[in-house]
Amino acid sequence: MNDTIPAEIKPPFWLLAELTYRCPLQCPYCSNPIEFASIKNELTTDDWLRVMREAREMGAVQLGFSGGEPLVREDLTELVAEARRLGFYSNLITSGVGMNADKIAALKTAGLDHIQISFQASSAALNNYFAGSDKAFSQKLAMAQEVKKQGYPMVLNFVLHRGNVDQVDQILELSAQLQADYVELANTQYYGWAFHNREQLLPSREQLQKAEVLVNQYREKLGDSMKIIFVVPDYYETRPKRCMNGWGDIFLTVTPDGTALPCHSARQLPIEFPNVRDWSIADLWRASPGFNAFRGDTWMREPCRSCPEKSRDLGGCRCQAFMLTGDAANADPVCDKSPQHHLITESLAKAQGEVAEQPLIFRNWQNSQRHSHT
Amino acid sequence: MSDSVNDDWIPRFNPHFRLQWEPAQDAYVLLYPEGMIKLNFSGGEILCRCDGEKSVGQVIAELRQKFPETENIEADIKEFFATAFQRRWLTHE
Repeated sequence: MNDTIPAEIKPPFWLLAELTYRCPLQCPYCSNPIEFASIKNELTTDDWLRVMREAREMGAVQLGFSGGEPLVREDLTELVAEARRLGFYSNLITSGVGMNADKIAALKTAGLDHIQISFQASSAALNNYFAGSDKAFSQKLAMAQEVKKQGYPMVLNFVLHRGNVDQVDQILELSAQLQADYVELANTQYYGWAFHNREQLLPSREQLQKAEVLVNQYREKLGDSMKIIFVVPDYYETRPKRCMNGWGDIFLTVTPDGTALPCHSARQLPIEFPNVRDWSIADLWRASPGFNAFRGDTWMREPCRSCPEKSRDLGGCRCQAFMLTGDAANADPVCDKSPQHHLITESLAKAQGEVAEQPLIFRNWQNSQRHSHT
Repeated sequence: MSDSVNDDWIPRFNPHFRLQWEPAQDAYVLLYPEGMIKLNFSGGEILCRCDGEKSVGQVIAELRQKFPETENIEADIKEFFATAFQRRWLTHE
């Protein structure tokens, strides 16, 4: 046995099935890899059925169908039915584009438990601008109403950034009107496309503080009827987030081509990750070098190694350390003990005043091909 | 708080939660969008009896019969029910 593998590895709790990178929208903060256009060879229905069965046998309970836009997969209903048969709690994470009342009903019959619809903003103009689609907003509204009508619990997800964070009150009004059970106000995390557009997306401190005040007012006003989850942007923290609750701890992502990852942005790391076409889920989770690369804390360097808080935040996010410092084993520079913390504060300083207007790089095939090797 | 729970109430599951036995956890769990609550032994014993037909009183009677040694069982069960109603896992008419 390899003695660097912790003796007791818990089974994954979450399986995130990224069924496809195809998507009708072009959000400039998409978490898909920049080079998605060159990633082909989607897993077959049978591959997904096996992945789900093996993950469930290990003890995984929550299953997210995501993408890209998962509705473009024609086998989605079949996968949902199998998820229910296996005992998963299934979550559909969708833009709502490509949906209709019949599809929502068919998914319900198949056993889908919950639908999360993403919005880009609370007004048609802004929503459609960020989505890169003229019809997205009216379609999303219609689908949110239909999802509630058919009795699903509904989560609405809004990714917040410099261009929409000032409308948090309108966003929450809209969500209450649509009778959302949960609203996720997810401040942009700077990976993938969002990292390329960071200067245009990073809000100022003042914007964030105002938004937080509004969020708290609405929490008081609405009580338990709508739960509001406000994901604080880590750039404005001085300690890093406990990313994915730890590497290879509870979270397993399987990408459209079968690459298995400990989080959905890890693909960019210079690590060889296992593919479900070559590995069983149990073996790749427990024994693949990729899933063991940052388990536990033996990989840590200073200042993490001797830090009294290391078991709390586990050194933060490996992808952020890699993107900003060039080495995934460094401390996440969000931490103010990191010698590279200035990389964060410099980028924050730029966000406090006027930001020079530059065109956003929208997530589409053309841009994927153009920016893949930059 | 448990005083507010009436024996005649018939607890029903909020359709937004799903109760399920999980072999890997060796416990009953409540599943909801993107999350899970692992129930302790007594919570599982209570909730798995809430079938939309039995009343609070009937659940208490069944559990009293199954665990005759347990003291204060009625108060404990009612306290759990109060929490379950408050957290909207259960509703009642």
